[in-house]
Amino acid sequence: MGNYILRRFLVIVPLLIVISVISFIVVQLPPGSYVETYIQNLKNQGYQPDENEIERLESRYGLNQPAYIQYFTWMKNMIFEGDMGRSFVYKQPVSEIIAERAPMTIMISLMAILLQWIVAVPIGIFSARYQYSIFDYIVTFFGFIGLALPNFLFALVLMYFVYVHTGWAVVGIFSPEFVDASWSFARVLDMLKNLWIPLVVIATAGTAGLIRTLRGTLLDELKKQYVTTARAKGMKERKLILKYPVRVAINPLISTIGWMLPAIVGGEVVVSQVLNLKTLGPVLLGSVQSEDMYLAGGIIMILSSLTVIGTLLSDILLAWVDPKVRYK
Amino acid sequence: MNKDDNILEMKNLKTHFFTDRGTVKAVDGVNLNVKKGKTLGVIGESGCGKSVTAHSILRLIPSPPGQIVDGSINYQQKDNKIIDLGKLDARGDTIRNIRGNEISMIFQEPMTSFGPQYTIGHQIMEAIMIHNPEMAEEEAKNKTIYLLDQVGIPKAEERVDSYPHEFSGGMLQRAMIAMALSCSPRLLIADEPTTALDVTVEAQILELLEELQDETGMSIIIITHNLAVVSEVADQIAVMYLGREVEFADSDQIIDNPLHPYTRGLWNSIPSLDGELKELKPVKGTVPDPINIPAGCPFADRCPEMIAGVCDQGNPPDKIEVEEGHYVRCFLYTE
Repeated sequence: MGNYILRRFLVIVPLLIVISVISFIVVQLPPGSYVETYIQNLKNQGYQPDENEIERLESRYGLNQPAYIQYFTWMKNMIFEGDMGRSFVYKQPVSEIIAERAPMTIMISLMAILLQWIVAVPIGIFSARYQYSIFDYIVTFFGFIGLALPNFLFALVLMYFVYVHTGWAVVGIFSPEFVDASWSFARVLDMLKNLWIPLVVIATAGTAGLIRTLRGTLLDELKKQYVTTARAKGMKERKLILKYPVRVAINPLISTIGWMLPAIVGGEVVVSQVLNLKTLGPVLLGSVQSEDMYLAGGIIMILSSLTVIGTLLSDILLAWVDPKVRYK
Repeated sequence: MNKDDNILEMKNLKTHFFTDRGTVKAVDGVNLNVKKGKTLGVIGESGCGKSVTAHSILRLIPSPPGQIVDGSINYQQKDNKIIDLGKLDARGDTIRNIRGNEISMIFQEPMTSFGPQYTIGHQIMEAIMIHNPEMAEEEAKNKTIYLLDQVGIPKAEERVDSYPHEFSGGMLQRAMIAMALSCSPRLLIADEPTTALDVTVEAQILELLEELQDETGMSIIIITHNLAVVSEVADQIAVMYLGREVEFADSDQIIDNPLHPYTRGLWNSIPSLDGELKELKPVKGTVPDPINIPAGCPFADRCPEMIAGVCDQGNPPDKIEVEEGHYVRCFLYTE
């Protein structure tokens, strides 16, 4: 087991390098650069910058060098100084922007994942065990609605109903009086009061998906011989279901943890925009639009690393629950 | 025949499956007796209901869609009390205490009979401890090792911690037998125990079952489509066709003197080792769709001795006793 984890860790290093290259290429791909857009904006306002000024701007941002040099400079600073470059738009180090927003993003994501599992696992088990029961049909019906409903629409509808019925407007994670306050018990309470809407919105689609996955795999497992064997030796039905088929059916769910994290961060972009949440999603969107390359690259880097770490975690978990994975 | 000799008496058992396509009468009036300490062989083609019959005894038929709609499965318990297994609640405590304890079962697919995520030892110990909750874990483990050793698994004290995927098919079936025997059952139901195994392993497993029967005195129901298997181990044989037993007798009687045309067809479809070389004759045709069973004897349109106007009209007669203990359901033997 220790060997397995070590091996998996070593694979991560080349993977992260590849990811960094791809992140860099992705942010370089759109034509033009931040400086060009900036100059174009100046021209549109009737101001004509001279050649010297353009050059000054380009060298200040390192844009006059070939792309691979830019990449190595970026990597070197990131690895040795923790410096991910500066954001052109925010006029602030990228690492600061990320540090400000990443914890909230990760927290919301983790809570959403947790919520999804808590809701999806028991429902999935129940609707597989009682396939074609009324409960199963109801869950399936709402599951498909949850899958099909666009997140932002759901967020708007929820906000509307909360506002109409309680007169309380949800405008972010904190109520205005707590936005800049330091952490206190009251602030946590306030956060929980506001957080449930984004959590419900983000978790809905994922929950529906998880229920379908678990129901499907569990239905397959329930038909397998080993379930009948366990029944034939006199096991109690509930214990049997949880101990045998569910343990197998949960494996594909564990594998999804890896890509759940970035999927949620990606999925919450629109929700965060609508609900005015201070998470990474909207910043990523803005940075790509304004070709704020270091900021976009930095965020993509962080999200990709989270994916890699998430996958590693789910692989280790999988090896822990499934003896076949461990020995291969 | 003294009734007390029977550990299990199945009368007119009907297990039907209610599907969207219609009612599948998988088992439609089966009568079987299992004698104490003896082996009953149940033989028939795929889809004849032999496996459903076996699963009905332990109430392992998935419901919905399956249901026992008629008949009785009278089982004589240790204290000679008779209990009708067919009337029990399939999820109740009574049948659960019988499963794996008084009556246990081994299955066709040893490769998938164990849960993949627990060790063989764990799963056998579990069977022991379900029925002996007061037993210490240490003792259960020792018993498991003893059982594995008894069914011929080498280095049992090491293999007890192996996972199912580390065992071969034959080894798994041995482990399965060890698990089935863990609570010293009085009746063992073996549902095609050797079908998935190769011939040498098959012989070993059958031999093992016979040895264990000699030691423990348990009764065995062995279900198979393989004539060689039944003729080797069974004391009595029931031939099933489309949800009913068409012939039932002691092995010697039925092997030497098959009465039903279907039984004869089966006998003619395998090469005999000691007899002269003759052409093999497969039973022509296939089993009819169990949802649309034709009127008359279900075997009529495949039967070489069909009596036109008789066999394709009414239902075949119930059990005719042609010689003592030799029953057949066929118009050929009506007076």
